[in-house]
Amino acid sequence: MDIEVTDILCIGAGLAGERVAVEAAAAGHQAICLSIVPPRRSHSSAAQGGMQASLGNSVMGEGDNPDVHFEDTVKGSDWGCDQEVARLFAETAPKAVREMAFWGIPWNRVVPGKSTYFKGGEKYEKVEAKEKEGLITARSFGGTAKWRTCYTSDGTGHTLLYTMDNKVVELGVKVHDRMEAVSLIHDGRTCMGVIARCLSTGRLKAYLAKATLIATGGYGRIYRETTNAVINEGGGAIIALDTGVVPIGNPEAIQFHPTGIVPTHILVTEGCRGDGGTLLDVNEHRFMNEYEPEKAELASRDVVSRWMTHHIRKGLGVKSDYGDHLWLDIRHLGEKHIKTKLREVDEICHNFLGIDPLTQLIPVRPAQHYTMAGVRTDKDGAAYGLTGLFCAGEAACWDLHGFNRLGGNSLAETVVAGRIVGKKIAEFVNGHDVQFDTGLIRANLKREQERMDRLAGCKDGQENVYEVRNAMQEELMERVGIFRDHDGLQKAVENLQGIYGRAQKVGLRSNGLGANPELSVALKINGMVRLALCVAYGALMRTESRGCHARLDYEARNDRDWLNRTLATWKEGDDLPTLNYEPASQVEELPPGSRGYGATQVISRDET
Amino acid sequence: MSRRLRFNIFRYNPQDPHSTPHTDVFVLEETDSMTLFIALTQIREEKDPSLQFDFCCRAGICGSCAMVINGRPGLACKTLTRDLPDEITLMPLPVFKLIGDLSVDTGTWFRATNEKIGSWIHTRKTLDPDAREERMDNALAEEIYELERCVECGCCVAACGTANMREDFLGAVTVNRIARFMLDPRDERADKDYFEVIGTDEGIFGCMGLLGCEDVCPKELPLQDQLGIIRRKMGWRAVKNLFGLK
Repeated sequence: MDIEVTDILCIGAGLAGERVAVEAAAAGHQAICLSIVPPRRSHSSAAQGGMQASLGNSVMGEGDNPDVHFEDTVKGSDWGCDQEVARLFAETAPKAVREMAFWGIPWNRVVPGKSTYFKGGEKYEKVEAKEKEGLITARSFGGTAKWRTCYTSDGTGHTLLYTMDNKVVELGVKVHDRMEAVSLIHDGRTCMGVIARCLSTGRLKAYLAKATLIATGGYGRIYRETTNAVINEGGGAIIALDTGVVPIGNPEAIQFHPTGIVPTHILVTEGCRGDGGTLLDVNEHRFMNEYEPEKAELASRDVVSRWMTHHIRKGLGVKSDYGDHLWLDIRHLGEKHIKTKLREVDEICHNFLGIDPLTQLIPVRPAQHYTMAGVRTDKDGAAYGLTGLFCAGEAACWDLHGFNRLGGNSLAETVVAGRIVGKKIAEFVNGHDVQFDTGLIRANLKREQERMDRLAGCKDGQENVYEVRNAMQEELMERVGIFRDHDGLQKAVENLQGIYGRAQKVGLRSNGLGANPELSVALKINGMVRLALCVAYGALMRTESRGCHARLDYEARNDRDWLNRTLATWKEGDDLPTLNYEPASQVEELPPGSRGYGATQVISRDET
Repeated sequence: MSRRLRFNIFRYNPQDPHSTPHTDVFVLEETDSMTLFIALTQIREEKDPSLQFDFCCRAGICGSCAMVINGRPGLACKTLTRDLPDEITLMPLPVFKLIGDLSVDTGTWFRATNEKIGSWIHTRKTLDPDAREERMDNALAEEIYELERCVECGCCVAACGTANMREDFLGAVTVNRIARFMLDPRDERADKDYFEVIGTDEGIFGCMGLLGCEDVCPKELPLQDQLGIIRRKMGWRAVKNLFGLK
């Protein structure tokens, strides 16, 4: 048996996973990160616009503090978040951003004096204070009362990830890249590590640890149209759900970002609108200010995505071979701004669209972007259901995002949660010993080897894994997207159950040897369809509209019956998840009220 | 009318005892805005599911998909087929260890290099996260970011004559990284510390000046400028040393 033992095992070497590993290593523990790609290729690198932290250095952020950040976050979540976590997050974000500065992030800084900025296509003037010169500045993002999003041009995720990985190198944390966790080793009570498959050789290896962290990001790739990297297939959520005891929190909470480019769905940052870009329709007419007079293009993402879809359905979209779309206009921001603050956007427009955003409009349409859903944890990042299992970052439902995440709060979550959960794991490991059962490890390795052999030998059938995956993606896209209703969701659940049956009959067409890519997908296909069923079934059962979950047949937010969190577990042999519910928040600092944007129908708790 | 594209793709799976290095040919109908990401994914899903290659962000941001495209290293995800002839030959990057087909191990190479040059901020200060951050001029921050945009794709290493001849050559990517830390006032290393690492044949003096690195850099980083700046600084350092100046 090929076995490696460590104190702390981080599955995933993106920002959250590495931040936890850094904290653990700094506390003197041995940490190993597993990653399916070299760490600097993790999807954290694709985050563009920035991270929220209430430093309040820019004149446009004057008076900002963690209280305001907390309020924005809770409103953004449509009161679906855990308020104790949101508070902890808002308080820690300024420390985290300064820590990253200390480690080397070239944050954009305050330039004193007069300058102009755009809001909704109109030009305004601001004067930055002399005494704030050189402090970390911020830009505007959706759903925020202040300019709070700290940034390095539009490559913020990239600089954060490189700086974090530099720290990992400095501290000597080992990263085993091209190593994919295929199952958790557990006895129903305690997690002892993982079985992993090497993506260079195809061989299996057991990693044993006192504490195991899932930090594998989101599962956007279960949708056809997503901004996510091709690796975001939900590996961590899948192996957690497979245990039968660890729940996925709010699986139905899936975010669509307003500005994926058409047709490739590559993201262009919210910073485009934050910096004054506008959305235009087929007549090159601005419309968001009509639907949302107050926030316009800078309402929260769920709200903007809905109005865009609504506007397209009214027949005001631009026709194209790839379906109707709208326009994003940043031409008025000017060359200097685009070439320094929106560099990646400029490159993406040239490389993938063949257009120049200085003179041309950018074709955009909402695309799947983020899973607020994830492995449910407590405020320390400890997963429900198994001792010794933790989770952080997009993979987790920690849960500060509830039913809608604000732009800039995900990068912030990775480093804030990584910092907090990392400390808690270090404490946990200090006082914790675990006994490794070699029989259990051997049985786990044998089971995974057999699973691979059955797939390679077509023992269960000859279903084509890519066709099964495409059918699942299509189903979610068509019926579990931005607008949902009972009939569509019911049909989606039934169809996905059929697809789940096919997934169990997948067999490889290739020989499965070595780092075979067909086998990699085949090992995950059951789990991906299970996740899809959790999303669809969770959405079917939630008979209200909250944040990103918009039901056409239940348009009101229903605080009387649904101020809660879905917890989905999967019992072996079932073809549907088991759903339980818990209160959205034990602590209620900010009682449910109006968000200040979006539709306002609410069934209050007192209504009978 | 759409073109028929002929892909000649290098194939070899070291984990398969029956595999030998060879070229496979695949023919595809070109579609509108087709990139090599779209084409290779289609080949894998419809024609040969064992084909190995690496894509991640597919948006030119993560640096995963560098390969040799008709003789030139580049990022496959942002290469549009309309910019290529009807016949497209794809090979894995040289210098890096082959994993299979078009997939190479860049992770081990970059980790080793980053360890070797100490690719992090070296400081004796400790952080007080509750205190206000140290100030930095915005223009300097933007200058650092410019060099920080490197995605470690390996194109500059693959295109480098020296790196193809000697295994220990650090490559333009590393010179650029050192330049980034030299610019950064938070890093307390002195010029001589940097030169110990880079002022050798493995570093700036191994460069033959062929400029392949800058030609192929998908982020269009000013790699040759950085080499020139560091060489000049190092010359001055040597002169100062000669006269016993600080």
